[in-house]
Amino acid sequence: MNSGRVLIAALFTILAIALPYLLTAAGEEYLIGSATRIVIYALAAMSLNLILGYGGMISFGHAAYFGVGAYVVGIASFHVFDGSTIFGFAGTDAALLSLPLAITISGLFALVLGALCLRTSGAYFIMITLAFAQMLFFLFVSLEQYGGDDGVIMYNGRNTLPGLDLGNDTAFYYVCLAFLIGFSLLMSRLIQSRFGRVLRACKQNEDRMRALGCNTTQYKLVAFVIAGSVAGLAGALNANLTEFVSPDYVHWTKSGDLMIMVILGGIGTLTGPIIGSAAFLLLEEFLPVAFETVGLADWKEHWRIVFGPILIVIVLFARGGIHSLIVRGQTDGR
Amino acid sequence: MTLFFEQLLNGLQLGVFLFLVSAGLTLIFGIMGVINLAHGSLFMVGAFLAATVTEATGSFFIGLAGGIVAAGLVGMLMEYLVIQHLYHRDHLDQVLATFGIILFANELVAMIWGRTPLFYSAPDYLNGSIEIIPGIIYPVYRLFIIAVGAAVAVGLYLIIARTRAGMLIRAGSTNRDMVGVLGVNISQLFLLLFGFGAVLAGLAGAMAGPLISVEVGMGEQQLILAFVVVVIGGIGSVRGALVGAILVGVVDTLGRAFIPDILKTFMDPASADGIGAGLSSMSIYILMAIILVLKPNGLFPVVTARH
Repeated sequence: MNSGRVLIAALFTILAIALPYLLTAAGEEYLIGSATRIVIYALAAMSLNLILGYGGMISFGHAAYFGVGAYVVGIASFHVFDGSTIFGFAGTDAALLSLPLAITISGLFALVLGALCLRTSGAYFIMITLAFAQMLFFLFVSLEQYGGDDGVIMYNGRNTLPGLDLGNDTAFYYVCLAFLIGFSLLMSRLIQSRFGRVLRACKQNEDRMRALGCNTTQYKLVAFVIAGSVAGLAGALNANLTEFVSPDYVHWTKSGDLMIMVILGGIGTLTGPIIGSAAFLLLEEFLPVAFETVGLADWKEHWRIVFGPILIVIVLFARGGIHSLIVRGQTDGR
Repeated sequence: MTLFFEQLLNGLQLGVFLFLVSAGLTLIFGIMGVINLAHGSLFMVGAFLAATVTEATGSFFIGLAGGIVAAGLVGMLMEYLVIQHLYHRDHLDQVLATFGIILFANELVAMIWGRTPLFYSAPDYLNGSIEIIPGIIYPVYRLFIIAVGAAVAVGLYLIIARTRAGMLIRAGSTNRDMVGVLGVNISQLFLLLFGFGAVLAGLAGAMAGPLISVEVGMGEQQLILAFVVVVIGGIGSVRGALVGAILVGVVDTLGRAFIPDILKTFMDPASADGIGAGLSSMSIYILMAIILVLKPNGLFPVVTARH
């Protein structure tokens, strides 16, 4: 990282920290929720970028871990409210317990599914990650106790944290932002480390790495588990944000959305997923409004009819994403 | 035993559907090297057009033809506009661009037909049930589907094994570049082949209409199942798609029918129902995982010269 990029990163960090105050000053407090959503999805997209952008593993099932993390929080909260137990566990409302639990369990899922998926590569890998995510979707739909199709509403509200009221939108925003900044710092160290170098080398030429005596599958599996755990954390945060969990978290289009965020922002770059998440969610929020403004109110719910072709054009003509428009020629591995 | 046999036939019928969808998918992947997520959209187009044409003409078979032709044309348009630019791209670009097509196609269909499901039924003489073996009564329409599927499977085999076009397909799946060097118009071959895959998907969609609700997003369910089929059978192998499809169809149907009952023999009914429902909806994915552990490249791996 050169000093110019550090400066830009610092500026964006300050902007992100000041954002709730700016929004409050502008009288648009309700947008703090949208900003939190962007931060949470940025975390999820960044975790996907670790395996997709740096590891070259095209996972089309990343929403699975997002969903597992969310369901851990949702189910734990449900049992506290309900007074019942699951496997003898009475549930929890404490963020200090529920978030580590979400990270661990989604990491375990990533370990098992990753070990299976990494037996394959290429197109098989894409299809099989998608299929396993769909399996979890149907599993969640079949959980009658937790609302089946309709999901679980967290009647107890957000998780609790000693000394901080997570029910306060601004406080919750800062908690999410802290996780995002923390993971960004971790990522910047990780991709420069020996582990990160091996991972990136696997993307370029896995056969060569294997010939050099490196157990590439093991490296990829570790990356897969890290990505899964962090996606689980993002899911757990999103469950807290919306106080609601449903199979929709694992819907296969969610995996597609996460992938789009990574591509839109800039694959294989540190900040790309953050930019991508912001761009995607802002488009989602404002494309319908834009339709209304130009007199196409009927098209409002059909904003995807424009978004689909935009995506195709980006893929065909602008492969570096928004990041490459800002920072020229700096994308990794492309 | 009667129930078991009936469910076996249901599974076979589901398998035939999946075969029609995955045959196109696997052919397109095997020869062009393209992962086409929008294949499910062609299934949807087939079903919607069949519903509309059946409604307009009152004839199921004209509707069926309408759905097939429409899916074929839409498929060729799709190939011309987007897919042909993806042949030399990596899988990630292919996935994203075809995902874009899905978003577009779903919204377009929602704008034209709305979000309420459409219904149409097969003609009366296909709607009844007949006694196929003493004691077993089975709907004629489902038998019709099985028959059509069997005919398509045989037809595909004959085309691939016996005709010049089939020879090009086989050659193309082994070494695409060599076929081009030998003077075959590759882009034309690909356009036609893509249209052919679309026709198969459209046929499946049009026939599925009377059995499932025709609605936006109906194709994606089939697409993901088709992926499972293709992973099990081996990407690029039509024979693999047939075996995989029937395996998935039968396991899924029998799982849903019998797993809860089997669990009830040693569990209390309430939890057996709950776990059974979860387990039976996961059965085909578990099947996929098992096959993957034993044969990572599917049951009928295809050897290609490309990487």
